[in-house]
This record gives sequence, structure tokens and C-alpha cells, in this order.
Amino acid sequence: MQRIGVFVCHCGTNIAATVDVKAVAEALQHEPGVVISKEYQYMCSEAGQNLVKDAIKEYNLSGIVICSCSPRMHENTFRKAAASVGLNPYLVEVANIREQCSWIHKDMEEATEKAIILGRAAIAKVHLNAPLTAGESPVAKRALVIGGGIAGIQTALDIADAGFDVDIVEKEPTIGGKMTQIDKTFPTLDCAACILTPKMVECSQNEKIHIHSYSEVSDVKGFVGNFTVTIKKKARFVDETKCTGCGLCTEKCPQKKVPNLFNLGLDYRRAIYIPFAQAVPKVATIDADYCNMLKNGKCGVCAKVCSAGAINYEQKDEYIEQKYGAIIVATGYNPIKLDKYDEFAYSQCPDVVTSLELERLMNAAGPNGGTLLRPSDKSHPHTIVFVQCVGSRCDDSKGKPYCSKICCMYTAKHAMLIREKYPDTDVYVFYIDVRTPGKNFDEFYRRAVEQYGVHYIKGMVGKVTPKSDGKIDVQASDLLSNEQLHIDADMVVLATAIEPDKTARPLATMLTASMDTNDFFTEAHAKLRPVESPTAGIFLSGACQGPKDIPETVAQAGAAASKAIGLLCKDSITCNPCVAHSDELMCNGCSSCEKVCPYGAITYLDKEFRMPDRTTKIRRVASVNPAVCQGCGACTVACPSGAMDLNGFSNSQIMAEVDAICK
Amino acid sequence: MQKAIIEKAKLLLADGTVNRVIGWKKGDFAYDSTPAVFNSAEELDKDFVYDDFTAANVSKYLIKESQKEGRVLVFLKPCDTYSFNQLIKEHRINRDNVYIVGIECGGKLDIEKIKAKGISGIQSITNNDGTLTIETLYGTESVSADDAMAERCLTCKSKKHVVYDELMGEDGDVLDSNRFDQVAELENMTAEERYEFWRSQLSKCIRCNACRNVCPACSCENCVFDNPNSGIANKAPADSFEENMFHIIRAFHVAGRCTDCGECSRVCPQNIPLHLLNRKFIKDINELYGEYQAGADTESRAPLTNYTQNDCEPSVVHERGVE
Amino acid sequence: MQVNENKDFEPVIVAFCCNWCSYAGADLSGTNRLNYPANVKIIRVPCSCRVNPMFILRAFQKGADGVILCGCHPGDCHYTSGNYYARRRMTLLFSMLDFLGIERDRTRVEWVSAAEGAKFAATMNEFVESVKKLGKNRRLEDLRCRKQ
Repeated sequence: MQRIGVFVCHCGTNIAATVDVKAVAEALQHEPGVVISKEYQYMCSEAGQNLVKDAIKEYNLSGIVICSCSPRMHENTFRKAAASVGLNPYLVEVANIREQCSWIHKDMEEATEKAIILGRAAIAKVHLNAPLTAGESPVAKRALVIGGGIAGIQTALDIADAGFDVDIVEKEPTIGGKMTQIDKTFPTLDCAACILTPKMVECSQNEKIHIHSYSEVSDVKGFVGNFTVTIKKKARFVDETKCTGCGLCTEKCPQKKVPNLFNLGLDYRRAIYIPFAQAVPKVATIDADYCNMLKNGKCGVCAKVCSAGAINYEQKDEYIEQKYGAIIVATGYNPIKLDKYDEFAYSQCPDVVTSLELERLMNAAGPNGGTLLRPSDKSHPHTIVFVQCVGSRCDDSKGKPYCSKICCMYTAKHAMLIREKYPDTDVYVFYIDVRTPGKNFDEFYRRAVEQYGVHYIKGMVGKVTPKSDGKIDVQASDLLSNEQLHIDADMVVLATAIEPDKTARPLATMLTASMDTNDFFTEAHAKLRPVESPTAGIFLSGACQGPKDIPETVAQAGAAASKAIGLLCKDSITCNPCVAHSDELMCNGCSSCEKVCPYGAITYLDKEFRMPDRTTKIRRVASVNPAVCQGCGACTVACPSGAMDLNGFSNSQIMAEVDAICK
Repeated sequence: MQKAIIEKAKLLLADGTVNRVIGWKKGDFAYDSTPAVFNSAEELDKDFVYDDFTAANVSKYLIKESQKEGRVLVFLKPCDTYSFNQLIKEHRINRDNVYIVGIECGGKLDIEKIKAKGISGIQSITNNDGTLTIETLYGTESVSADDAMAERCLTCKSKKHVVYDELMGEDGDVLDSNRFDQVAELENMTAEERYEFWRSQLSKCIRCNACRNVCPACSCENCVFDNPNSGIANKAPADSFEENMFHIIRAFHVAGRCTDCGECSRVCPQNIPLHLLNRKFIKDINELYGEYQAGADTESRAPLTNYTQNDCEPSVVHERGVE
Repeated sequence: MQVNENKDFEPVIVAFCCNWCSYAGADLSGTNRLNYPANVKIIRVPCSCRVNPMFILRAFQKGADGVILCGCHPGDCHYTSGNYYARRRMTLLFSMLDFLGIERDRTRVEWVSAAEGAKFAATMNEFVESVKKLGKNRRLEDLRCRKQ
């Protein structure tokens, strides 16, 4: 038998002026199960709370209803009070008779009547409240950073700094990511390598950071605080522990015609290679697609020249399993493929390049040692045309609907650098808009126009046609003067849209993290939780969440790290007890609930049931992980049989409230 | 056709592909076959029937049958294959234990339509290229098969088998069906007329649960109305929530999962056009969220477990023409 | 349309409000002393996606004259996607009720943020008015599926 206590608060005159609190207390006294009903001036005060506590003890109450202000205000206060005298805090219900009654109504009779109904609904609900205990789940004190670009590096450094072990998984042979390929950075024009490589070295020297290069995440199990991740270390045919990075093998390897992907295929490297001089880890890797030894067993030069004996042609992919408390996704971006953009003649003409290729062409460590030369004939270009928004802000299926954000600024940078180094070169930039929101960004762009004399033309390039004399005809429109232009260019640079890395989608599936239609990871809240995934324990760092420049990426990387540290600091996490649970006897295992769960909290297991005829039957039933469930209740409605229910807001509780109000 | 099917079943039993067969069993009359399991060639010879009246969708029986030892052979008509697929998608059938032979279907007949012509005492019915010769206690009658065709078959949505291990005869195509015409007709009535229509229809309901029991989508281990924790299970007979809202809730629970097989209306002893409720949901889903045919595949996300950011607002209902 | 036979008819209105946006919005309209009729009784749910069509039907069957569901604006759901599911479910449910001949203005969905106290009050005022015009809900209370 329920023994319910009702406590009606005057809130000074806030409630009592419009609601006849005595009448409310009196009316609710006669509700079924109510053994005591009291009113008091300030129920949330020390004295008021004591009144509640004493009543719980004196009447041995099994549930209490507080008629007072919004539960958003004091529900916790009364829950704590109840808990302090041994009543489960989830046996407390609050009827909101201030914000939703006394404050909005003027007529006393009307407000009193409504207050009584609200009180009745709360009593009806509390009858069905079950004592709930918040579960606890331990936190593994180790973080995994997926992606070793500047975002991943920064996140790893920050987490290591806080004293936690961090693993970086990077699919390339070296960490560093896209920033290693960039020449200079806007708006300060400092050299990317000069600011990045020290951080890479820091990573390799920090004993808390463990780099798994040339590796991929192959499986993720578990949940916040308790992920089990399988990492696939791809065979690089070089023993990482033995290789000294001397580079002799990369000079002696007879296979010289391997496209150098670090320079975006603009020159060649050997079959055994170290991507660039400052690579971390500085270890050689054999490209199995080109190595003669691996392909047909005829060569072995690298093994012969390696004094460290690091070469191992027999090496196999290796799988390691590790437990993590938090996972940070930093999978970054790539420029889109331009195969659908024939109008820019990218695939026909070597002198039409992407912006990232231009970075390599201008880089001192690039294919031309830093001298800007046309890829076709190694001549000095005198007219260069930049085309903005190639594949960005597209409303057709060819490109991307979003703004890639970084192109306006890096194009201004390129234009400026070229004009500074080669004042005899004319630079044209065709743009839709120039977008420069950012500290010192607009000043930077104006410098390009005003001081460096870069020709900015508002308009789109219609067609790029390579001519027989080696020049390139650029046909464009100038929207401001409404003229058709033809420019005889030596080089054309395409500001190519960026897209999330292709590995992001399968990774999101493994992590049960949500993604938008463009394959960017979605944040838990667009405004208030921008570095967390809706899936607990997964954090987002850098361009995997949306296009970003370097300072923004570093800022977000730090924010993601601090969120992860906040989680790792805890020995265990308290779970919200108001979570969904499935009644196995009712469950069909139909997967409807799993489909609508935004957190991936629902899994299925085959469970054996004893049937009335003493046979056993195995059925697929849903099981909710309380550590992952956030208690939204989407699953409860998706479930046709009502097997899925939500603690604290159960079907029968809400039904009881409905009945009490409509009676 | 029946002969060929029995031969096929015997063959598959004999070579050990399956150890039993689900099909249709002769009833007391020429038109009341029922779904049944056959364990041997003898049983097949004795009772197996496939004719113009073997309308039952047997896919639902596989929920139980596929959990048993050994493989079961099932003959599925095109529309049954959709139900089967939907059940596969919801992990209700163990696919490995089922061997499906797809069979052609030219539409099934509705005995009520024949009886409505004043024909009684029916002894046998033979179909000769679209003309039914009906032997009755009182003589021989002749009726065109088209006139006796079941409503749901007149608006058949597909002659294509979406899943099978083996096919007897040719596979058909998805049809351009006018199955939503009747829903549209109702939509075009006034709210008052619609209310009167449905009130008179639903008032006929005797809550026999035939619709629930036959429906392949209504296949819950325990119905929500029988779930003591649902807050709605209520066995008081008069004026209860269940009495009033059963069909709305049933239709909502199968929305996006109902393949429009029409079994609910076929089995309703009160002839309530229950399938129209389901079709209304299907029509809305098609119009608001894009064409969706439940059971057409086993991977796609059902419309109610899916969304887009640009979905229409519920006020779209208020903005429609006729009130 | 039913004629309102009783001028003093006071409808019973049930409002389901999600905890994070609309319930807070309702609190805000209280804090700002923005009036709306006492007919409206709010039931707090964690998210609009927690509202089962059965709750709405139950309310109508037990005597409610109007049911309104309030949630976070699309895109702002505390649980990221809850209101998107609620939107589909309610659209289809309301369409079905309309199909059964139930007055459309008895049901409504409104997105109210925690900052939109004024919108909450205005919405409730409007909704109560429109339900008042319809009069007592008889159709859904009496949509029988039993032998008369």
C-alpha cells in the first residue's frame, strides 16, 4: 500500500496569492494513497525541507509530491532531502503550481482548481514511481585519437599533458596530416613545417603518447569509459623498432618510378620510402604495389644495404586490442576528386593544378625545390588564374553544397606569395564572394588586392582550354562589368572543395556516431556541445566535423581534449537512471528501437526462454546499455509491443497523468 | 498448377531439401482452404490444395515454423513475398530454415461476392479461362471470374516475387495499381461524412482479433494490449480505451511495416474495410516522405524509423483541402 | 463543424512538453507572467519523441478536447533527432485522425524553445480558442469498435 505525502508550498505569496494553498492541501489529502498533506510558506527553505524529511520519517512515506515551483528549479533539492532520510530520490514528484499555474492565472478559483488537478496528476504518477539507482561504470584511463593530423596531434598532446596515456592511430606512415604538405600559413605567412614539425617531435618524445602509424581502427566495441578497440597495424615490411631512418634504402632502391603521393604525384619516389625528411616516426615503409621483391621475389636491395637489419619481407598485418575511456575522432579532410569538372581541363592539362598541388610546387621541399615552375615544361609562369569555389557551394550533385571555408584565405595567400616572389607574374582570382571572417583575415585579403596588386574579378570561369602553344585559354565572365573575358594563362589553380576523409563513414558506423549527409560528424549540440558527438565518450576534433582552418582546428582539438580529460579524470561515471529498458518477455527483436536510438545504446542478444510446454526457445531480444542511453524515449514509441519503456517516464506513469488530468 | 506444386513439394521432400511443407489444406467446402503444414507426400496428395480460393498469406506461419528443426518449404504468392521480406528485415524468420518457391498468382476469388449473387449450396467451383462453373445443390450456375475477384486482387500492387529460392513459372512486374483510389475518395468527403463512415464501420467490430492474428506485421510476441506494463491493457469490456482505439493503434503500429497484403480485411467477419486504414498510412508516407513499399527489400529504413531535416510539419494535415 | 452549444464551454487541453525546450519555455512564460487559459495542463516528457500516439488517443478517450505537443525546434533537439521522429509520427497520426473525421484543430504540434515564453503563451491562447470553437470532443470519445 502506498503512503504518499503531499507538500504544498506558498512560495511566499508567489503561489499563495493566486492559489488557495490550504484548499489544495485539503483536496489532495483525500486522494488515494495520500496519508499526509501539508502546506508551508517556503518548502525549499531549511525549515520546509525539514518538514518534508520529518514527515517521511514519521509517516514512513513511500513517495512524496511537492506542489511548488518548476521541477527544473527545485526537483533536485527535494530529491536530495528525500535521499537524506532514506527515501529513494526518484520517488519524489513535483507539481508545478507556480510557473505553470499561479504566475499565469489571475482568478483564484480557476488557479486553485488547476493546482489541484496538477497535484492529482503528480500523485497518480508517484503511485507508479519505482525506486531507481544510478548505476556506475568504470572509466579506462586511456584515450584513442583517430587521425594524426594537426587536430589529432594537438588533442593527443593536451591529453598527455594532463597525465593520461594517448594512442594516435594514423593511416599514413607518418603523422602530420595535410599540414605537412602546406607551404606557408595564412594570415601570418609562417612556414607550416616550422610550426608543425616540433609538435610532431613532441608527440614522438612524449612517453604518454603512443603512435600507431600506418594503422587503422578495425573494430570498436563497448561504450563510454569502456571502449575496446582493435587496431590493425598494416605490414610496412620494416621493423619499426630496428629502423634508424637513415634513408640509405630509399636511395638504393632500384624501383624509381613510384608516384610520390606526398607531393601529390608531381614527382617520383622509390618503392621503399620515408614520406618526407621530418616524418614521425622516421621509419621506412615498403610500398607493396611497387616493390619487386614483394611482387616477384627478385631484388632485396634494401635488405642488403640496411645495416640495422630492419627489412622484413615476411611481415604480416598485426592486430592489437586496447581499452579506452574516450575516443577522439580527428580524421580530417581531403580535396574532392575533380573528375566531374571537365570544363577546367584538370585531367587534360598538367598546368591546371589544385591549390594543394600548388602548395607542393611552391614548397622548398617540393618537386622543384621551391621555384614555381609549370609542371608541363618547367618554365616560369607569367599569368596565373585562380578559380574559386570549385566544387564548393554547388547546388548540383557534382560538388558539395557547403562552403569549404579555407579557400578564400589560402588563395589570397598564394596570390600574395607569388606576387612577392615573382613581381612579373600577373595573378587573377575569379570569385563568387570573398569570405574573410577571422582575426586579421580581411586585412590580409585587402593587402593582397591593395599592396600586391592581385586582380580580383567577381565572376565564374566557364571553360579552361589548353592551347597548342602551351598557353591556356581561360574563358570567364566579369559580373561587375558584365563582360566576357579571355585570359591567356600559363597556369590555372583550382580552389578545390574539401570533403571528409573517406574512412570517416565506416568509422562512424563502428563508433555508432552520427554523421550529416555530407559525411561530416555531427556534434551533440550545434551551439553548446560542438566538440562532442551525441554518442557519449566520442569527441570531435578538427575538419571531420566541418571545414576548418588551422587555428580553428587547434582550438577545437584543445576543446575536444579538455572534454576527454574531463571524462578520463573520473574513476567511474554515474549513469542517468532514467534510461530505457526492455521487457524481454514482450520484445520481438524487430530492431525498430535500435534504428531510432541516437546513441547506439541498444544491442540484441539471443536469449533462451522456457516455454509453457517445457521446451526452450531462443529469441532475439533488445538490451539497453544504461551507461550509453540518455533517456530520450524515442525507442519506447518505436516499439509496437510496449516492451521498451523508460524509467521515470514510463508508459503507465504518463498514462496515469493523462487520466488524472482528463478525469 | 496445383498438380505441379504438389509434384515440386514431393520432389523437395524426397531429395531432403526440406522436411515439411507449408501450404493450403482442403476445407469442408470448395472455397474454405486453410493454411497447414504437410509432413509427407501422402499428406500432400490427400489434402494439399492450390486454387482460386487459397488466398491466405502463409508467411506469418514461418515465424514459428522457421524456429523448428529442419528446413520448411513454403509456396509464396507475389504479395506474400513482401510480407516474408518484411519479417526477415525484422529478424522474425530464420531464413536458413526456409526454402521458398515463388508461385504465380492471377488473383484470388472472394466467395462472399459469389454468395452475394444469390448462389448458395455450393458444391464445387471450376474456373475455365475466366468463367466459373458453379455446381450447387440446386443446379449449375455460371459467373465471370472477374466479377468474383477479391477487392484486394483487383488493385494488385505487384506480380513480382521479391524473394525466392526457386520460381515456378515466370516472374511478373510491379504493377501500376490504383489501390489508393478508395482512400482518395474518402479523403474527398467532408470530415462529417468520413466520421459517419468510420463510426458505422468500426461499430461493427466484435473485437475478435482476427485482423491482429492474421496480420504478418502484427506479429508481436505479446500485443501491447496484452502487456500489463503498457498502461493500456484493460480487460473491462465497456467503453474501454482498447474498445475505442484498437484499430487506430493497430494501424499506427504497422505503419511503414504493413506491406498492404490485405489479409486484415479478408478475414474480418464483419467485413470492415480495415485495409483502408493501412493504405491511408501508406498513401501518406508515399506522398510526404517518398515512395516506400514495405517488404520490397530487407535493408531500407522504415519511414517511421527514419527522418530528414526537411520533413513537412504536422500542420500539413491542417492545410489540406477538405475539412 | 460542430456548433458550440454552450458558450461557457471550458475545454480540457493536454499539453505534452519536452523537458529541455518547451517545458522551460512554459516556465518562462510563467516567469514573465504571460497569461494563458487554465484549461491547459502540461505533462512533462523528456523529449517530444517520448510521446506515444497512445497517450494522445488515451487523452481524447478520457475526455480531453484538444492535445498539443511541444518540442524543441527541428535541429535543436537535446537528443539531436528526437523531434524529427516525433514530427513524422505526429504528422501521420494527425492525418489518420483527420481521415477518421476527427476535427483537425483538436491536435497540434508546435516547436517552442526555452527562450520562447511569449510564443508558448500565444500558442496556448490560440489553441484553446480554436478548440473552444469546436466544442466538446465527442467524435473520438465515441469512435466505437464494439457491437452497439
